[in-house]
Amino acid sequence: MPTSPAEPLRAPYDLAVVGAGPAGLAAAVTAADAGLTVALVDAEPRPGGQYYRHPAPGLGARRPEALHHGWAAFTALETRLRQHRHAGRIRHLPGRQVWTIQQCGHTGRWTLLTTATVPPHDQADSGDQNTDEAPRESVPAHRLLLATGTYERQLPFPGWTLPGVVGAGGAQAMMKSGLVLPGRRVIVAGSGPLLLAAAASLSAAGARVPYVVEASGYLPYARRPGPLLRNPGKLTEGARHAAALARRGVRLRTRTAVVQAHGTDRVTGVTVARVDGDWRPRPGTEQHLSCDALAVGHGLIPQLELAVELGCATRTTPDGTPALVVDSFLRTSVEGVWAAGETNGVGGAQLALCEGELAARAVAAAVHGEPAPARTAAALRTRATRLRVFADLMAQVHRPGSAWPQWLRGDTEICRCEEVDAASVREAVDAFGAGDTRTVKLLTRAGMGWCQGRMCGPAVSCLASADGGAPVSVDRRPLSRPVPLAQLARHRPQEHL
Amino acid sequence: MSTRHRTGDHRTPAPQGSPMSRTPAGLVRADSQSAMGIDYDGRKLPALPGQSIAAALWAAGIVSWRTTRRGERPRGAFCGMGVCFDCLITVNGRPNQRACLVPAHDGDTVTPQEGDGYADLSC
Repeated sequence: MPTSPAEPLRAPYDLAVVGAGPAGLAAAVTAADAGLTVALVDAEPRPGGQYYRHPAPGLGARRPEALHHGWAAFTALETRLRQHRHAGRIRHLPGRQVWTIQQCGHTGRWTLLTTATVPPHDQADSGDQNTDEAPRESVPAHRLLLATGTYERQLPFPGWTLPGVVGAGGAQAMMKSGLVLPGRRVIVAGSGPLLLAAAASLSAAGARVPYVVEASGYLPYARRPGPLLRNPGKLTEGARHAAALARRGVRLRTRTAVVQAHGTDRVTGVTVARVDGDWRPRPGTEQHLSCDALAVGHGLIPQLELAVELGCATRTTPDGTPALVVDSFLRTSVEGVWAAGETNGVGGAQLALCEGELAARAVAAAVHGEPAPARTAAALRTRATRLRVFADLMAQVHRPGSAWPQWLRGDTEICRCEEVDAASVREAVDAFGAGDTRTVKLLTRAGMGWCQGRMCGPAVSCLASADGGAPVSVDRRPLSRPVPLAQLARHRPQEHL
Repeated sequence: MSTRHRTGDHRTPAPQGSPMSRTPAGLVRADSQSAMGIDYDGRKLPALPGQSIAAALWAAGIVSWRTTRRGERPRGAFCGMGVCFDCLITVNGRPNQRACLVPAHDGDTVTPQEGDGYADLSC
């Protein structure tokens, strides 16, 4: 897909934005509005990120908005992106993953090293070796804006590696982009507001969703009505999901968890059990439910590899996941690096759009030598703060309980890549004294596989500290994704790093 | 309708009311003009332009296409967005491709992946 404007932008760019989801997209077009030259690097073939993920043009979807709320906001951003690209203000680099970012010690300039998300179809050997790739491989820019989004937090349970057990966000992603379902009778389970959205869209698309199984309760929202009353939009959103679920006959079971998935070659059913406030299964409450797919997830984890490697400070949010520390102008602790959206703590698309715009205005102000963004940004800041308050409440309500590891069995796989079971991880912790994810990894290989601990990391963090509610550890990953050796060899580290 | 193909779970019976609206493709009024075919493990499967390999497999009711290195256990797509690498598959002879990200192309030969996918290199 040709993405270069008629007149190629001259590098280095004023700003490089990583991620073209709601935050990155809003940031890129806002920065370009302010006269900056922008490189927008994104792993996906089409802009929109996970939230606005939509079918490829070849699928001929005439009503893509049926899968989305707030689709008009996205199409407006997409139009502005197209205009800026044609005007030569934004260079959009889709289908590229940034695997590392280097800074020149003399000029302070950043260089993003990127690799194709999927190798070109016509190339026999792995990826990035033809010369056409070279100009897109390294992207120089004076400033950085990280909008790298999230991936789903998974907590293991017996049988969670069976085919047909998929991420709740994964099921949604596959449906939004490929128009497919994992099965006909899909139970949605785990914790967090995403479950309601997933159940609503899966059932609208024809899946029978008999239950949403939520380990936490919804009562805590009512106990602290302040944030909800300050965010009536969230109340409406909740009501919309509830109505959609009721219409499709989806029943919500709170304070309940899937404690086992059954099947041999694919999932055929699950055992659910009531859990207490710490997510401890209550003996005698087990019940078998049949299904041919299980969509499961326990909230979202900000994707922070690039930021952490750059040295950006992190904090722990109320649901135990790490997020970047930013000031009110969304500057990270590293000079020249801004962040927006879920990287600053999971808060949803509205907040991401808001922060993207705000961060871009802050960058523009910095470029133009102004002390702070213009006064119009004050309204955005107020809105962002209000939405953050709600995000924090949401995070608190759905934080995993301390006793969830009780539903693990010794042979339950914790690390899906390296096939490391719970008994091995516990042995590393109890017998060999491993107290953190890194030591567990060195002793057991948990977290050493293809996904680099993104799937098992949250569970290993909990097992290593013998607390199911333990914060997810912030892992350093010098390369944010696997890279072909040939490409590594082409980029020698710069001096003064 | 005969030359046009709709995606989605063909096994899901359309309920009363609006039969078109109860598949993902029906929901978004998808009407792909060109159908493609991929070869999966000797089977001819339909695929639509822009669908990932994993999506084409799910549409055919297939949810596992890999066996693990140690336990030889079946796996398929899990995270659906390129993070977990559980959906690795061999596409046109190249192993370890993420099925959830790699777009299907007409005539692709897709093979289930056993272990690390390099069985033919070990002797």
